[in-house]
Amino acid sequence: MKLENKSRIVVFILSCLVWFLITLKFSLASIVAGLIFSFITALFAGEILIITERKFHLGRVIYTIGYIIKLFWEMLKANFNVAYIVIHPKLPVKPGIVRVKTNLKRDSALTMLANSITLTPGTLTVDIDKEKSILYIHWIDVKSKELEPATRDIGSRFEKLLEEVFE
Amino acid sequence: MHSLALNEIIGYVIICFGIMFDFFGVLGLVRLPDVYNRLQAATKCVTFGSAGILIGVLVYSGFTPTGFKAILCTVFILLTSPVSAHAIAKAAHNSGIKMAQETVVDHYLDDQNEKPKEDK
Repeated sequence: MKLENKSRIVVFILSCLVWFLITLKFSLASIVAGLIFSFITALFAGEILIITERKFHLGRVIYTIGYIIKLFWEMLKANFNVAYIVIHPKLPVKPGIVRVKTNLKRDSALTMLANSITLTPGTLTVDIDKEKSILYIHWIDVKSKELEPATRDIGSRFEKLLEEVFE
Repeated sequence: MHSLALNEIIGYVIICFGIMFDFFGVLGLVRLPDVYNRLQAATKCVTFGSAGILIGVLVYSGFTPTGFKAILCTVFILLTSPVSAHAIAKAAHNSGIKMAQETVVDHYLDDQNEKPKEDK
């Protein structure tokens, strides 16, 4: 089967699932409407979900769970960090935009890395230069302006986990 | 008087924590110096605060249609909030909004200034 159609089927099943979870009604009209709308969604936007063929293996699932736990922990720290900065009478900010190097190549992995960095304490992704594989990070409390220490402080928290999940 | 069930109490507590974090986010929006720092506060606190409120709703109402909607909204907020923050930050920087006086370094601007020279 072609990859596009495979992706469409996955999207169809996912949209059906979302529909039934939202409505939780199992009358005939509801089920038919759900199937029709899922079909339309899969037809028009289905081919973008799965782009490359990869085999399923258990290790990736474990790393995904590890990544989610890590992300949750970092988000908790980020919230308390921002709360501390905001409440502090002197506003201890020392902002700046630094460069961070990354080893990730795939689009999905880069997107997740940028999102994770935005959700972690004190950092916000401003732009990605894919050719040089450099991320521009706005850092609310700059500890070092150079490339390597900044990479160690910001990027490496998630990079290993994401490498296992996506690459 | 109507007495609360356990899940309702826990739900209310989580909602209160969410509102607290949202409040810090809003305070950050008012107090921090420039658009980038404000975005930091907005994405972090509001993400966790709003997600906290939704999780509280989930605990309060259980696995009903409302609860499932809360789960889906949580996932969508967590996925979209960083993306919109990134888009706003990049747009602000590209349209030349200056950073606050406290700013110590801006490598992004440096690299953008270099680019036209390389093209020539």
